Amino acid sequence: MSEGFEPRIVGFLCNWCTYAGADLAGTSRLQYPTNMRAIRVMCSGSVDPALVLQAFRDGADAVFIGGCHPGDCHYQSGNYKALKRTMMVRNLMKQLGIEEERFRLEWISAAEGAKFAQVVREYTERIRHLGPLNLAQPAARV
Amino acid sequence: MPDKLKFGFYWAASCGGCEVAVLDVNEKILDVVAKADIVLWPVAIDVKYDDVRAMPDRFMDVCFFNGSVRNSEQEEMAKLMRQKSNALVAFGSCAQYGGIPGLANLQGRKAILETAYRSEPSVENPAGTMPETRFRAKEGELTLPKFFDQVFPLDRVVDVDYYLPGCPPPVPLILGAVTAIFEGNLPPKGTVLAPAKTLCDECVRNVHVAKKMPDIKRTWEIQADMEKCFLEQGIICMGPATRAGCQTRCINGNHPCTGCMGPSPEVTDQGARMISALSGILRVDDEKNLSEQDVAALMNKIKDPAGTFYTYGLASATVNQRRRK
Amino acid sequence: MTRRITIDPITRLEGHGKIEIFLDEKGNVDNAYLQVPELRGFEQFCVGRKAEDMPQLTSRICGVCPVAHHYASTKALDMAFGVAPTETALKLRRLIYSGYYIYDHILHFYFLGAPDFVVGPNAPKAKRNILGVIEKVGLDVAKEVIKHRAFGQKITEILGGKPTHPVSGIPGGQTKPISESERKEIETMAESCVGFAEFSLKLFADVVLANKDYMALVTNPNLGLGTYNMGLVDENNHVNFYDGKIRVTDPKGKEFLKFEAKDYLDHIREHVLEWSYVKVPYLKNVGYKGLTDGKDSGIYRVGPLGRLNAAEGMATPKANAHYKQMFATFGTRPVNSTLAFHWARLIELLYAAEHALELAQDPGITGKDIRNMDFKMQEQGVGVVEAARGTLYHHYWLTDDRLMNKVNLIVATTNNMGAICMSIRNAARELIHGGKADDGLLNMVEMFFRAYDPCFACATHVLGRPALTIEIRDSTGALVRELSNSG
Repeated sequence: MSEGFEPRIVGFLCNWCTYAGADLAGTSRLQYPTNMRAIRVMCSGSVDPALVLQAFRDGADAVFIGGCHPGDCHYQSGNYKALKRTMMVRNLMKQLGIEEERFRLEWISAAEGAKFAQVVREYTERIRHLGPLNLAQPAARV
Repeated sequence: MPDKLKFGFYWAASCGGCEVAVLDVNEKILDVVAKADIVLWPVAIDVKYDDVRAMPDRFMDVCFFNGSVRNSEQEEMAKLMRQKSNALVAFGSCAQYGGIPGLANLQGRKAILETAYRSEPSVENPAGTMPETRFRAKEGELTLPKFFDQVFPLDRVVDVDYYLPGCPPPVPLILGAVTAIFEGNLPPKGTVLAPAKTLCDECVRNVHVAKKMPDIKRTWEIQADMEKCFLEQGIICMGPATRAGCQTRCINGNHPCTGCMGPSPEVTDQGARMISALSGILRVDDEKNLSEQDVAALMNKIKDPAGTFYTYGLASATVNQRRRK
Repeated sequence: MTRRITIDPITRLEGHGKIEIFLDEKGNVDNAYLQVPELRGFEQFCVGRKAEDMPQLTSRICGVCPVAHHYASTKALDMAFGVAPTETALKLRRLIYSGYYIYDHILHFYFLGAPDFVVGPNAPKAKRNILGVIEKVGLDVAKEVIKHRAFGQKITEILGGKPTHPVSGIPGGQTKPISESERKEIETMAESCVGFAEFSLKLFADVVLANKDYMALVTNPNLGLGTYNMGLVDENNHVNFYDGKIRVTDPKGKEFLKFEAKDYLDHIREHVLEWSYVKVPYLKNVGYKGLTDGKDSGIYRVGPLGRLNAAEGMATPKANAHYKQMFATFGTRPVNSTLAFHWARLIELLYAAEHALELAQDPGITGKDIRNMDFKMQEQGVGVVEAARGTLYHHYWLTDDRLMNKVNLIVATTNNMGAICMSIRNAARELIHGGKADDGLLNMVEMFFRAYDPCFACATHVLGRPALTIEIRDSTGALVRELSNSG
């Protein structure tokens, strides 16, 4: 935990639910930290685990996926896949020495602007407390 | 009569299996040596390092380099082979991806040395002796190479012209590559000399378009059916994320694919791709009825994801080592 | 006057190594060191892996003897899972094991060792290899060599899926049975291999035993070692590659130890060297007395000559006749001549072929009951087999989840490290005088590790990460400087 550390969080937000929820938070003038870089995806189930790992490798301190509640997926079952992927990736992260909490999946609907703001606030503080990831870059050359 | 080509074979942190794979071309080796002189092959020929250093640059038309780089001698040799060869081929999973020894990237240095030379129950070492890079023996100084902190695939050390995957590379692919060399028919630089499909494409067990994986089982928990797709039996098989070209020999041995041919084309992270694929087919029929705890219990049945999904490719994965604190 | 000669790398073996020879002021050899510079770290990176992955993970310790590691591993898992393989599975395992020996011993003799005898140790470098052998023996013989090596690999492929790094080992049995047509194919190949093994023994007799100069090297007492000998034997004290008890005979040939796999830690310890990444195993109850032989030094030999010395015969008739003939020729028990390893290796080739034939002719081998799944989980398992190069020990500690908690391996060639170092030193001292050491003479020194058919990928399964501490000592052994790169 270092002084003045600003966590960099990559957020994959599903177009139909969480991204809309984030919009709602904005139009409702709810305050939340700017540490999360939002990337709009069409479905939480479309987030490739390779992208999550790439985010860590390229400097993210945490990765967040926001998707529709179970049963509400615009594509029927994408979010169920996202749940399974998240759990497997978190188990992998343990073996790589990366705290599981640095990867989080949350269900946030288009109506839950307040929840979105609260989650971002809470998660940013949690990661600030954990500290920077400082993943050693794979050496490009010996 | 065209001049004979010059081939070299070198091995770094390797097991010797790639050498044996070359010999497994059996009598075709006689055809190969009719067209090419083998000017370096430590397993079979008495050419020494000084002989290699004395070769003119690019003396070898092709050098087949197997094994990963994990010490200073291997780094030196990788650079020497690059200098002395026209085309450098990363031969086998270790040279290409780091191979199974790449799993060492998950361990800490201290623990490893400690265990090997001090704490294994059969080691008797009260003085805590360790092998040293420089040791003054009574008669003179002895040196050993310095060990690196991680395993490097060949292309992290030098430029590589071609890749021949497999653990070891299957004989038909070896012969295919050698034929292409003799006929002057090699594809563009950087190509993986293996089919551009996934293993499922060439697997006889691949009969259903929509695979469904009912559960997760460890291989020893069942006696696998010899005709059904492993995934459909609940056994993790790396086929969907692995390149074809091996003629499904492990499957024929009634064992699931473990991914030695490396990722299928356009996939950079084989393990991530497999994690993704599994999530798409696991318990799909009743996934909407599973609580989050049920899903967690199911996913926790997949033990050792790093070892399972990155058996051969950890050293070249997106996150290729355990985080150093 | 040169004071130091380096052979780098050593060639015609599996693995990496270099020999450093130090000469005194008269140009005679003071000492010679065989250093092994490679390491990969299997004992460490296998921690955390799934138990069932171990037969394939450890197989990558060595691609020349993968079947040995595969089945030492599978046997360790059998013990940890509390099961014995079914009768059919056991036959299949012995058969794949025999196929492996056929290929590996042919590989070593013809491709690695024979060039020194068939072409000659002093022949030009470019001829001292399999291609030079083919030139000498002719294409017809060459094709027989290639064909029979391939038969050995084919047996492994049929039973194990792949010739290098097979997949068939699983706790309680095998992953798959064989069909009647596969059994027939193997029977035909095995029969041919028996004939080829006999041909090879005749070749050895004609080329080596009948050659006075070679026999001078073979029988020179300075080029032999009087160590203990170790190998697996069956209940009749016959050499067994797959199973049995570990028997150790002393330098006089008397039985010194006979123990079960699971008790290996009562009898074996490993010594660490500063100048090589390989450790030197020795008999715990005799002790490590440095690189020396004799009954007070715990150093022992394994591999073909070690096994034949540790046993009292071979389990098949033709091989046993050759066994008796070899011991009669030397007239002593044990046989100490290092170059006799080559002869012992061919006798073992014959046994492997005869045994493969016996198994292939057993109608029960096509049985479908290949798996015993009545598991009674244990915390530990030890699996011991004879790899071509020596006794191979796999010891696993498992979690309740059947993941690897700890791994200890004593690997075949490693057992021979003390003997190999001594053989190189003694050969250098015997052969190099007055500073004269041309290429041919240096190759003759190399012949004295080659006989062991070393596998340094095996011997150095252990991982050495960058040395944490470098100690620089002067000639009195006092510490001059210490460098550490930890952190």
